[in-house]
Amino acid sequence: MRLLTHNMLSSNIKGVTNGFPLRIEVEKMVEKEVELNMDFLKNMFAKVEWRALVEASRSMGYSELPDEADSSMLDSDEFLRKFHHALLELHLEEGALVCPETGRKFPVNKGIPNMLLHEDEV
Amino acid sequence: MKLKQLEGILGSLQQFENPKIELEQYPTGPHIASRLLYTAENSFGDVSDKVVADFGCGCGTLGLAAGLLGAEHVIGFDIDAESIEIASSNAEELEIDMDFVQCDIRNLRLSDRTIDTVVMNPPFGTRKKGADMDFLSVALKVASQAVYSLHKTTTRDHIKRTALREYNASSAEVLCELRFDVPQLYKFHKKKEVDVAVDLWRFVPKNSR
Repeated sequence: MRLLTHNMLSSNIKGVTNGFPLRIEVEKMVEKEVELNMDFLKNMFAKVEWRALVEASRSMGYSELPDEADSSMLDSDEFLRKFHHALLELHLEEGALVCPETGRKFPVNKGIPNMLLHEDEV
Repeated sequence: MKLKQLEGILGSLQQFENPKIELEQYPTGPHIASRLLYTAENSFGDVSDKVVADFGCGCGTLGLAAGLLGAEHVIGFDIDAESIEIASSNAEELEIDMDFVQCDIRNLRLSDRTIDTVVMNPPFGTRKKGADMDFLSVALKVASQAVYSLHKTTTRDHIKRTALREYNASSAEVLCELRFDVPQLYKFHKKKEVDVAVDLWRFVPKNSR
């Protein structure tokens, strides 16, 4: 699972008001290279939750993203490369996504998070 | 990529081994899937360089078709782990990078508008009434650009009305009417093959970008 997918997922447990972002627990991560698409990144920059991406990439062991970012940075190739790498090339393979409010863990196996809820959580 | 090529590749994908009746797991045929994605890309530019979600992805046919047509990021959502496993091995076979999330679409909470386009072949709701409408309601909440979906032709008026009045759609158009071959997968199918008339819809959410 890429961090772009992580960036849009929230804890969906009944009663949870602030389920975003899910904390990441990493048992195994992999890196897969993909071609950089500048227009896509510029478009995504306006949509992603930057803080969540920074924290997620740090928990995956990648700490090159700056704490704060604004759209003027998109002119820098170096910044684009880092953004690209964090957003699309880091994959959580094994581990868990953790609800920030309740601590409930959603397991991730073979890169697939299981966000199914128990009956009493719906 | 040409339409025929796309259809050919999709025809080679692995499908459900033990389809689950309660989830209305019918495979999306390569004919319909290729036309849905081809139209989305060539008539509307809703696929290449986009974030595409496949709701109720099953064996991944629609999402993988999006990947083949150049979607930048594709996510398949399904409730069933076995389906996702097949979809994921199909993705590997085609060397398409696709993410998957196991979840119930009805309780899915996604950040708004990060997904550009939703493609789906929802359960038609013949076993569980309204299942297709649940999918449509969520899809129109999360998509920023367009939702492509298949629904039975017999429900056309109801779908149009509900999408426009209740589900935040600014437009709802039937692009074409297709025949959906449902092969004899389940015992309750009496005839060998049942032809169902299906509409291919394109919905545009309000405040689309």
